[in-house]
Amino acid sequence: MKILRIILIILLIAFVGMQFVPTRRNQSNIVPKTDFLVVNNPSKNVNTILQESCYDCHSNNTDYPWYNKMQPIAWFLEHHIKEGKDELNFNEWDTYSERRKNSKLNAMIHQIEDEEMPLYSYVLMHRDAEISKDERQTLVAYLRILKKNHE
Amino acid sequence: MKNLKVATAIVAMAFVSLTTMSCRDTKKEDLHDDGMHSEMPEEGNHDDSMMNHENSMMDENDSIMNHDTSMMDHNNTDRSNTVMDSKMQNSDAKQVVADYMALKDALVATNKEDAAKAGKKLESTLKGFNVSSYSAEQQKELKDIIEDAMEHAEHIGKSEMDHQREHFKILSKDITDMVAITGTETTLYQQFCPMYDGGSAWLSRSKDIKNPYYGSKMLNCGKVEKEIN
Repeated sequence: MKILRIILIILLIAFVGMQFVPTRRNQSNIVPKTDFLVVNNPSKNVNTILQESCYDCHSNNTDYPWYNKMQPIAWFLEHHIKEGKDELNFNEWDTYSERRKNSKLNAMIHQIEDEEMPLYSYVLMHRDAEISKDERQTLVAYLRILKKNHE
Repeated sequence: MKNLKVATAIVAMAFVSLTTMSCRDTKKEDLHDDGMHSEMPEEGNHDDSMMNHENSMMDENDSIMNHDTSMMDHNNTDRSNTVMDSKMQNSDAKQVVADYMALKDALVATNKEDAAKAGKKLESTLKGFNVSSYSAEQQKELKDIIEDAMEHAEHIGKSEMDHQREHFKILSKDITDMVAITGTETTLYQQFCPMYDGGSAWLSRSKDIKNPYYGSKMLNCGKVEKEIN
């Protein structure tokens, strides 16, 4: 019984200690001129879908729920956000070359159509980020038009 | 006492599961690093190590690529020491086309592993592409092309077959535009399959159609659109 108690205490200390390890928060109040929504000014519908289901990992500003401030969840998220932004950062949209924009639009269309984005693990934790079939179609239709204009 | 036991078990389980979840990626990275070091001296094993790394994350690709450049591409280093700048340009562009063709052949054969390997090779060649001998305007265009093509090559290096083909489509456009600037010594054929993703093109050294988008399912579907000399 004594051993159990010691283990419990060690685990508790470790868990509390973890909370002090800093993570880089992905938060910014600035919406740059190069932002996708600023540049392309889509309909309100599309705007909302993108912000709620994509911008958490694909922009410089994540809307963190409370439990994401807790370790080790915060580490897990930090990693996801870093990867997401490396692939595509909506805030930096207009800094991309025409060629790259085209590639990104193409990838977005495929990923959304194939239901690979938003990530399953992300939607699992953020129910409001889930997008319906209709919303998917709206978004894809919009992106297709945008892509045509870029070609 | 019983309560304490239960509580400990729950906390321990939660802790372990959370830790494994968050550390999974880090652990993988460590493993890869170790692997790299031990495999470094043995050139023969190199291909195997590349394949094991196929699913690795983005950061690691950098180190793999460096590895790749130093180990595989002896030609590059040899060349830079002995041959004039202008000739090197040409061989960079030539190497890109050669890597692209290896990738295309792997897709024709529906071989995911070979395609991934060719993608990584192409990525490293693109990374080392020296554009300095071209005009300012061409340089800008080439840089845009290289930046975009590198991303596609990188994805091909770590994706499933259907993704590899999606990226190959856009990559083919990049390489076609690149060849328009750099020129080509050997004749290339721009070929076209009207079925894949609303119509998709690719480049080949041979006039015969071997479709990289469907492999054996529709090997001979397509037509020659253009001859590039």
